[in-house]
Amino acid sequence: MDQKIFVVDTTMRDGSHALKHSYTVEQVTSIARALDESHVPLIELSHGDGLGGSSYTYGFSAVDEFELLQAAGKVIKNGKLTVLLLPGIGTIEDLKRARDCGAQAVRVATHVTEGDVSAQHMKAAKELNMMAVGFLMMTHMASPEMIAEEAKKMESYGADYINLADSAGYLMPEDVKLRIEAVKNAVQIPVGFHAHNNLGMAVANSLIAVQAGASYVDATLCGLGAGAGNTQIEVLAGVLKRNGYETGLDFYRLMDTADQLVRPMMLRPQVVDSGSLMLGYTGVYSSFLLHVYHAAEKYRLEPRDIMVELGKRKMVGGQEDMIVDVAYQLASK
Amino acid sequence: MKKIRAAVIGPGNIGTDLMYKIFRSPYLEMGLMTGIAESEGIKRAASLGIPVSIEGVDAVLKREDIKIVFEATSAAAHCHNAPLLKAAGKISIDLTPAAVGPYCVPSVNLDKLLAEPDINMVTCGGQATIPIVHAIERVAGAEYAEIVACISAKSAGPGTRANMDEFTETTSKAIESVGGADKGKAIIVLNPAEPPLMMTNTVMVKIKKKDVTIEAIRASIDQILAGLAEYVPGYQLRVPPILEGDKVTTIVQVQGQGDFLPAYSGNLDIINAAAVTAGERIAQRLWKGGT
Repeated sequence: MDQKIFVVDTTMRDGSHALKHSYTVEQVTSIARALDESHVPLIELSHGDGLGGSSYTYGFSAVDEFELLQAAGKVIKNGKLTVLLLPGIGTIEDLKRARDCGAQAVRVATHVTEGDVSAQHMKAAKELNMMAVGFLMMTHMASPEMIAEEAKKMESYGADYINLADSAGYLMPEDVKLRIEAVKNAVQIPVGFHAHNNLGMAVANSLIAVQAGASYVDATLCGLGAGAGNTQIEVLAGVLKRNGYETGLDFYRLMDTADQLVRPMMLRPQVVDSGSLMLGYTGVYSSFLLHVYHAAEKYRLEPRDIMVELGKRKMVGGQEDMIVDVAYQLASK
Repeated sequence: MKKIRAAVIGPGNIGTDLMYKIFRSPYLEMGLMTGIAESEGIKRAASLGIPVSIEGVDAVLKREDIKIVFEATSAAAHCHNAPLLKAAGKISIDLTPAAVGPYCVPSVNLDKLLAEPDINMVTCGGQATIPIVHAIERVAGAEYAEIVACISAKSAGPGTRANMDEFTETTSKAIESVGGADKGKAIIVLNPAEPPLMMTNTVMVKIKKKDVTIEAIRASIDQILAGLAEYVPGYQLRVPPILEGDKVTTIVQVQGQGDFLPAYSGNLDIINAAAVTAGERIAQRLWKGGT
């Protein structure tokens, strides 16, 4: 087998959640350099909630993301510096600034059923000569057929590939397979997958996605990411190699970077604790985790109860503000 | 008192809901519904006995009796229409992101804008949150204000979807210029849950005064709520203001009046209600003999 798989690193974007958006210029410079030297083709960096995410709602960045982008842009020689943009949070103005800092690709993320809000930003990316990726979040909340329709819309706006995110870490391998296949059959462009490890399925689901036809997979050093984290890049590199897929990644270099560079930066172990488990079990957006812990402490509630209620209310990505609402309503009962 | 005649340009969902609100108004009378093509909205208005046209703004310019014009089209259309309407001596109430005239949030600054030839109604999220930002700012100061507007996917029409940036940018600017915050930030989220969720807005403000009490903030918000209740009866506090250090958080919900659009689309209702309220106050001024 010689199918080429593109592994997209998001240590400095999704991983930013786990560090409470505290990345420094020194940290991103060293991570970006190591990833580039490990031959990672796309290296994503922005606030965890994408460009413009620094806020009360999602947490303020310790260092302005454009400063971080500029630093990473200086050391990335071979890969593409990539940013995430959620329409409604980040703007085209932010995208232009990111491009000026060296970003060459943008992933425009919307809730799985709302792909059409990406049209404006996708068009802008193309005008800026950037690679544009259609990124559908919370794909457990829609059927494979519905997802295929949204993917087709994004393809029509000029997407270079479609990325399906299991943002709640909820999907089972069979669900992943059906979703990747449905989109693969509906569009002419490549398909990718973004996992969360809330049910301990991230690496397995990523492998299933690749076997179902995905050619892009998201991963992070040490599995750093929202909730229980993402697919661990050094593990994925080994697993894909064992299964005969060509990634071009420097397996040993990634392991060393994870051990020596990233693990010492971590604020908490990236494990499936009961809070993360409940995210995956109830289908709640992974980035909610640390905000739920904060609200649970303030209102003296069980984090689990807040998550169950958020799941019942069908809250989507970006609705971190509703954690306070839920906590307040539960505490007033 | 004789009612002042108004026209609605743009017979879509927003324009039709405006028409129903004007029917209820003691100060305004629906004089014309105009669009640029035959449509459901034109048919509906005609069936209700309202003069209709598909000649767009030209139909308004031909009507001497029409004094107030609600623009429910697009930014590009209003940029084109605004100078024509102004030259014809008609007052524009602009519901598009064009923002030719100053931003208007009735409970905050309508009093100062009654003589303007063209006022802009910001955004739905702006109408729902800026009164709260202002209420907090006037007692505690506001170094930074951030709002998150969550609307149901069903209530976000093609215009909103194609113009997410205009929403965030316009709302952010108005949080500053009307709400009084030194820096503003707006976030919008679409939620597709069924049944559709009510419009919900979170307002977070970094205040300047260290000695202000939560009671003083609450009292200021309550006063603003009383003013809002006059034109948006479905506006309510979901989470009363919470003070943590220098940060005030409060959450409001907006239920629509269900004139033409369903009650969950409080976002569409509040901008229309604000526009009609502005129109009524302007009508009262015109009626009193002002020019």
